[in-house]
Amino acid sequence: MELEAAKMIGAGLAAIALAGAGVGIGLIFGNYLSGAMRNPSAAAKQFPNLLLGFALAEATGLFGLVVALIILFAF
Amino acid sequence: MAINPMHQFEVYKVGPEINLGGINLSFTNASLFMTISAILISSLLFFGTKKKSLIPSKIQLITEMSYTFIAKMINETAGSSAKAFFPFVFTLFMFVLFCNMIGMLPYSFTVTSQIIVTFVLAAIIFIGVTIIGFIKHGIKYLELFVPKGVPIVLLPLIIVIEIISYLSRPVSLSVRLFANMLAGHTMLKVFGGFVISLGLLGGWLPLSFTVALTGLEILIAFLQAYVFAILTCIYLNDALNLHH
Repeated sequence: MELEAAKMIGAGLAAIALAGAGVGIGLIFGNYLSGAMRNPSAAAKQFPNLLLGFALAEATGLFGLVVALIILFAF
Repeated sequence: MAINPMHQFEVYKVGPEINLGGINLSFTNASLFMTISAILISSLLFFGTKKKSLIPSKIQLITEMSYTFIAKMINETAGSSAKAFFPFVFTLFMFVLFCNMIGMLPYSFTVTSQIIVTFVLAAIIFIGVTIIGFIKHGIKYLELFVPKGVPIVLLPLIIVIEIISYLSRPVSLSVRLFANMLAGHTMLKVFGGFVISLGLLGGWLPLSFTVALTGLEILIAFLQAYVFAILTCIYLNDALNLHH
């Protein structure tokens, strides 16, 4: 296989990381919502934790993007 | 093909080239936008605290809000003993926030989309926190790698994992901010390219998408500054209050 083609395939495979980020973000928001439905008075206090968890989960998907960029541009 | 979406991250020099002993110290667009954000932060704080009235003006309100926001965050995550590090965390948060927000303006340059900028910030935090931990606890700071209540059999494995996770802190901290900024701005430019290539007939759909994405990116710009600051507080908490 040519190197160029292999690079493209590898970069595309690195995008699979986004599946994990999607599951993570969905879990965080889903669990926050179900928790907030059960105890609405405690929901507002946990909102910063929700945002923190969202940002942390989203970042793991973006590590996949960094891998893709390294494959495409660094080698 | 439209314009390369990576073109916006190019660093070029503004003004004359300066060479000091083989090191290129030219004033680049990155340094220009760092200077702009530093000036903006300084003027916000200067004019916000100039006229201290009981009923605050808008600019004084923004200044007080950012102060209480960070002060509360430090108090909640790192305890009252971290109060001494308020200036550092506040500077860090404001710098990252303003760099991210200025980067959202069209035709501007996002300083935090350069890995070296975020890595230097993260490395300063990592080295500083390690030094603070050793000053505060001496050699006992190494107990950080030994969690309480772990069976003796598992201990060798746990210690190795803990050391690796401690050493990967600066990498994950810097790559998180850098990758978020890079991905967001690339995505905006890619959708902007769709608007041009689809033309007057079909370009409205990606245009509305770009508007929505810009809103999301402004949220992300704030969130990443917040996460950067709160993780600094969490690391400080580890160093100041061992095993709490």
